[in-house]
Amino acid sequence: MLLTISTTHHPATDVGYLLHKNPARLQTEELSLGKAYVFYPDASDDHCTAALLVEIDPVALVRGRGPAGEGGQLEQYVNDRPYAANSFLSVAMGRIFSTAMSGRSKDRPELAETAIPLTAHLPVIAARGGEDLVRRLFEPLGYTVELKGSQLDDKFPEWGESPYVSLTVSGMVRLQDLLTHLYVLIPVLDNEKHYWVANDEIDKLLKRGEGWLGAHPEKDLIVTRYLKRQRSLTREALSRLLAEETPSGETEDMPSMEASAERTPSLHNQRLQTVLSVIRDTGAKRVVDLGCGEGKLLKLLLAEKQFDTILGMDVSYRTLETAKERLRLDELPERQRSRIDLIQGSLTYRDQRLNGFEAAAIVEVIEHLDAPRLATLERIVFEFARPTHVVLTTPNAEYNAVFETLPAGEFRHGDHRFEWKRVEFETWASGVAERFGYWVRFEPVGPVNAERGDPTQMAVFTQKEVAA
Amino acid sequence: MRKRLARGRLTVVDATNVQPEARKSLIALAKEFHLFAEAIVFDLSERICQDRNVLRPDRQFSPHVIRNQSQQLRRSLRGLEREGIRHVFKLSTPEEVDAVTIERHPLWNNKKTEHGPFDIIGDVHGCFDELVELMAQLGHIVSQNEGTYSVSSRGHRKLVFVGDLVDRGPGTVQVLRLVSTIVQSGQGFCVPGNHDMKLVRALRGRDVKRTHGLAETMEQLGNESNEFRVEVAKFLDGLVSHYVFDDGKLVVAHAGLKESMHGRGSGAVREFAFFGETTGETDEFGLPVRYNWAADYRGKALVVYGHTPVPEPLFLNNTVNLDTGCVFGGQLTALRYPEREIVSVKAHRTYYEPARPFLPEKQETQRQLQHAQDDVLDLADVVGKRLIDTRLKPKITIREENAIAALEVMSRFASDPKWLIYLPPTMSPTEASKHENLLEHPDEAFAFYRKEGITTVVCEQKHMGSRAVVVLCKDETASQKRFGVVQASLGTVYTRTGRRFFTDEALEQQFLVRLQSAVEKSGLWDELATDWLCLDCELMPWSLKAQELLQKQYAPVGNAGVRALRAEKDLIAKAMLRVSGLETLAAQTTERLDAVEQYTQAYRQYCWPVSSLADLKLAPFHVLASDGFVHTDKPHTWHMEMIGKLCAAEPGILLPTPFKIVDLQDEASTADAVAWWTEMTAQGREGMVVKPLNFIAEGRHGITQPAMKCRGAEYLRIIYGPEYLLQANLERLRSRNVGAKRSLASREFALGIEALERFVRREPLRLTHECVFGVLALESEPIDPRL
Repeated sequence: MLLTISTTHHPATDVGYLLHKNPARLQTEELSLGKAYVFYPDASDDHCTAALLVEIDPVALVRGRGPAGEGGQLEQYVNDRPYAANSFLSVAMGRIFSTAMSGRSKDRPELAETAIPLTAHLPVIAARGGEDLVRRLFEPLGYTVELKGSQLDDKFPEWGESPYVSLTVSGMVRLQDLLTHLYVLIPVLDNEKHYWVANDEIDKLLKRGEGWLGAHPEKDLIVTRYLKRQRSLTREALSRLLAEETPSGETEDMPSMEASAERTPSLHNQRLQTVLSVIRDTGAKRVVDLGCGEGKLLKLLLAEKQFDTILGMDVSYRTLETAKERLRLDELPERQRSRIDLIQGSLTYRDQRLNGFEAAAIVEVIEHLDAPRLATLERIVFEFARPTHVVLTTPNAEYNAVFETLPAGEFRHGDHRFEWKRVEFETWASGVAERFGYWVRFEPVGPVNAERGDPTQMAVFTQKEVAA
Repeated sequence: MRKRLARGRLTVVDATNVQPEARKSLIALAKEFHLFAEAIVFDLSERICQDRNVLRPDRQFSPHVIRNQSQQLRRSLRGLEREGIRHVFKLSTPEEVDAVTIERHPLWNNKKTEHGPFDIIGDVHGCFDELVELMAQLGHIVSQNEGTYSVSSRGHRKLVFVGDLVDRGPGTVQVLRLVSTIVQSGQGFCVPGNHDMKLVRALRGRDVKRTHGLAETMEQLGNESNEFRVEVAKFLDGLVSHYVFDDGKLVVAHAGLKESMHGRGSGAVREFAFFGETTGETDEFGLPVRYNWAADYRGKALVVYGHTPVPEPLFLNNTVNLDTGCVFGGQLTALRYPEREIVSVKAHRTYYEPARPFLPEKQETQRQLQHAQDDVLDLADVVGKRLIDTRLKPKITIREENAIAALEVMSRFASDPKWLIYLPPTMSPTEASKHENLLEHPDEAFAFYRKEGITTVVCEQKHMGSRAVVVLCKDETASQKRFGVVQASLGTVYTRTGRRFFTDEALEQQFLVRLQSAVEKSGLWDELATDWLCLDCELMPWSLKAQELLQKQYAPVGNAGVRALRAEKDLIAKAMLRVSGLETLAAQTTERLDAVEQYTQAYRQYCWPVSSLADLKLAPFHVLASDGFVHTDKPHTWHMEMIGKLCAAEPGILLPTPFKIVDLQDEASTADAVAWWTEMTAQGREGMVVKPLNFIAEGRHGITQPAMKCRGAEYLRIIYGPEYLLQANLERLRSRNVGAKRSLASREFALGIEALERFVRREPLRLTHECVFGVLALESEPIDPRL
C-alpha cells in the first residue's frame, strides 16, 4: 500500500526536514508484519513528493499473532490488507513519521507550525460508506477532495463499481495536521481494524483527535468505526468526548448507522411498546419471547411486575450472549433473576420447554424464515407450544415506499425472505387461526399512512376455548 | 436401582428384608418395571446368626435384635408369594448355602438367540385358504396327510404369527391345526391375540359373550372332537404373550408393545400385548378408542404387531402393523425379516363386515402416517452432546457447542429436513508436495493410498463450482410417497450446508424437469428400479452461489492489488531515476503485480453470468442412493458408468466427469495420471480428486480416506492468496497439518452414509436428521479452511 505527500511550498524539499527523511536516500524500516520504505520520486525546489510504501507479509498476517478467534477477513489469505490503505498504514505512519506528527522539527521548527500547500494521495483506499462519506470526512477539515473510482472487474461490468477509490486531498495545512487526520481517517474509511481494539485505543484516538475531532460533524461515525464493534468502548469514548462540550451528557445507545432501512429507532421501540401493552392486557403471567434477539422486549417485560415467568428464546447463541449482557442478568438480585430465563431454541423444532405459556411474542421473526418453512413454525407454536395468546408482528411491505432510503423492491433487511402486503398477512394469519382453533384480530403499529397502512402489521391470536 | 431396572439388568438387593414393609417398596418397584421379584431366603438357625454376629466387631448390638429378625423371617415365609414374590428359594443349612449355585433362566419371551430369518404373518382370523396361499408365496409349502398338516420351508425361514388366529373366518379349525403343528414342530412361533385368549375362556366353560365372531368359531369347533377342543385350549393358553428375537432387535406382540415392556413379564405386559393401550373412551361405533402407542415409540427394536385393521401395512417409528383385515375382505400380509419386505395376498372375499369401516373412502394424499409425524422434528433429538453410532464408525461425538452452531444454520438457512437425506463430507488435500514451486501434487495422494494398501485408485477431474446434492423424483407423487413432503415437487438441489441452491423456485423446477427427463431417457429409473435418486454433484458456475464472496472478497482483492501495485511500480520507476538502491523493491513489486494479475485470471475462469438454464452446468459424480439401495457398496467405475449414461442423455446441462483408473504399482500408469493432472491444471482446471476404487475402502487402520484432492498451482491462488507462490511465502505454507482435516473427513463420511442408510431403511426422519445435523455440526469445528 502506498501514501504520497507532496507540496509546492518553496523550497519544496524542506518537507524532508519536517518528515525527518532525507529526499536523496531510500530509507527502510522493519515492521512487525512487513516492511516500510520511504523514498522521493521527485524532489525539487518547486515540487517535492515523499512516498511511504508498506509491504505487508500476507502469510504472517494469517499465521502471525492475529487476534485469536476474531474470524472474518483477517483469517483469509485472499485479503486486501496488503494492497488497500488501512490501519497498517496508520501504524507505519505512527512509527516513521512520529516526530512530524507531534509537530516537532529540529531544523525547521517554524515551518512545522505553518500551514503550507500539501497534497496527500492514496491510490487505493476503501470508501466504505460511499464517495459522499469521504467528502463528509475531509471537507469539514478544509481539504479539497478528489476521488476516482473504477469498475470492480472490467470483465464483469455487471458486478458494478469497485469499493476502492483513488483519493487525493489537498489544502493549506500544517503537515502535522494532515498526517494526524490521515492517521485517524484511513482506518475509519477502511472500516476494518487489524488488531484487537483495547482500552488504550480510546486514549490514542483522543490524543490524535485533540483539537479537531470534538467539533467534526461526523464525530459519531468516526468514533464508532474507529473503535470497531466495541459497543461499550464506543459508549465510553463518546461520553468522554461529549463531556467536553455538553455537561448534561446524552450517552444512550446510538442507533446503528447502517443496520436497517428503518432509520428511525423509534419505530422499533413503538412496536415493542405496543406488543408489551397487548400482552399486559391479556393478564398473562407466564410469557415467552420467541426470537428475542438482544432482549429489548425482555427488558420491558422484566420491568412489569405482572409477569412472573419470562422466557426469551433465540436461535443465535451469540445474540443471546449479548442479550444476557444487556439485561445484566448476572447482576440481577436472586428474586428478579429467577423470573427470567434465556434459551437457545428454534421455531422449526418442537420444544417441550415452550409449553404452558399464557402469552407468546413473535416480533419481526417470521420474515426471517423461508416461506415453505412457515408450516412447521405454525405447528410448533400453535399446535404444540400452544400459548393462550400469541402476539405476532411482521413488516408491512406496502409501507416500504415511505422509507426514503429503501430502493423500490428491496426488503428492509438483508436476511428477510419475504415481506407481506396487508392482505397476504391477514390471509395467512386467519388461516392459522382457523386451523389451530384461535381467534385473531389485527391492530396497527406505528404511524398509519392513509394509503399504505402502518409500517408494522400485528396479529393478536387468542385460543378459542379461552375467549369463549 | 431404578436405572438398572429400567435397563432390565439383574438387580440383587442384599438386605435383611425380614419385614413386609421393607419388602413392599422393592416389590412395587419390580412391578413398576414389569420385572419378576424373586426371593432367596437364608432361613438359618438363630444360633448360627448369633455366633456369626459376634465375629463382626462393627455390628455390636444386643442378641434380641437377631432373635426378633429370626422370628420375623419365619413369620414372613408363608406370605411371600402373596406379597408378589414370584419364586422363593429357601436355604436352611450352612451346607445348603455352600452347595447352592445360581443359574439364570431366560424368560419364556426371550428368544434373542433366534436370529431368523423370519416370515411374520398378520391376523389370520380363520382365513385358511389365504394363509396357505401366502405361505406358499413365502416358500412354505403346506401338505395335508389324513387330517394332519406338515410344512416344508425353503431356506430355514421360520414363521411367526402375530395372533388372532381364530374368529370370524371360515377356516378357524384348519388354521389352529396348521399353526399348532408349526409351533410344536419348532418351525415357528405364535403369540396369542385377544380373540385367542377369549376362545380359551369360552372353551373352558367361562361365561363369555359370543360376539365379534366367537359364535362362528364355537360352531366350527363344535364339529370337532372334545379331545381336539381340549388340545386347542391347551395350545393357545400355553402361548407366550410376546417374543423378543434376534439379540433384541425384533419384538412381536399381538397389539404391539412399548419399549419399557420389551422382554418383561407382568400382568400389565400381557394386557398391553393383547389390547394395546386404550384411552378409556369409546368411539362412534362403540369400540374402544385406542391410544396410538406407536406414535410415541422411539425404541431400537422393530415391533411387529396386528390387532387393528389398516388398509396398508402401517410403518411408524420402527413399528409395523400387519393386520390388513383379510377377514374383512382386505389382505393377509406378511413381513419378511430382516429384509423388511412386505408380501400380501388378497382376501378371496369379505367374510365378515367390520363394525367400523377400516378402508377409508379415499386416500387424501400419498403421505403416510410416518410422514405426517415427521413433519415436526424435536429439538431434544439434536441438541446437547450426542453420540451417534454409525455402521462405519461407532460412537461419533457431536459436541454441544457444535450442535449450537448447527442449530442456528439448520434453522435459519436449511431447506425442509425431509429432503436432507445426506450432507457431503469435507475432503482432505494431499500433504504439502515436495515438488519445487508446487504446494499440491498427485504424487502425495498416490503415496498416501499406496501406504494404505490400496492398489487401484480412480482419478476424477475436480470441477470448480459449488458442491450440490440433487434429490430427484420420477414424478411428483414420489416426492410425497417417499419423502413425505407436504408440497409435491420433483425434488430439490441443496448446498453442502443444506441450503436450497435456487432461490428462484421456477428455475429450480425447470432444472429438475430437465434432469428428470435425462434420467428417463438414460433408462436409469428402470435400471435401478427406483422412482427417486440422490446424486452428489458439482454445480457450475462457481459465481452462481459464490457471487457475494466474489463481489465482496475475490474481485476487490484483485482490483485493489492491481491498482496499488501498478501505482507503486510507476512511482518506484520514477524514483529510480534519482535515488539508488530501489532495484530489489522494483523487482519484488513487478513480481507481486504479476501474481495478482494471474490471480485475477484464475478466479475469472470460474465465473459466468447465469441468465437461463442453459448457463448452468451440473457434473454428477456419485449416484448415492435410490429406492432400497445406498450405492456405496459399488466401485467408482460403476458410478462413472451410470453418470456417463445420464450425461449422454442431456449434454445441454450435464457435464461428464473425465476420469482415469490408476494402478498404483505401475509407474507408467501413475505417470500418465500426473501428466493428465499437469495438463488440466495448466489449462486452469481446479485439479483432480483421487479415490480408492471402492467407495468404502479398508486401509491400515479401518476405513481409509474416501477421497483426496490435488489442486492445481493456479487454482490455489484463490485459496492461499495471489502471492502464495512467491518463494518466501511457499516455503512457509508447506508446513500444514492435514491430520485434523482427515479425521473430520472420516467422521463426516461415516455420518453421511449412515444418514442415507437410515433413510433407505425407512427409519423415522429424526434418525436420518440426527446424522445430517451431525455432519453440519462437525463442519463447525475449527479447522484451517484452506485445507
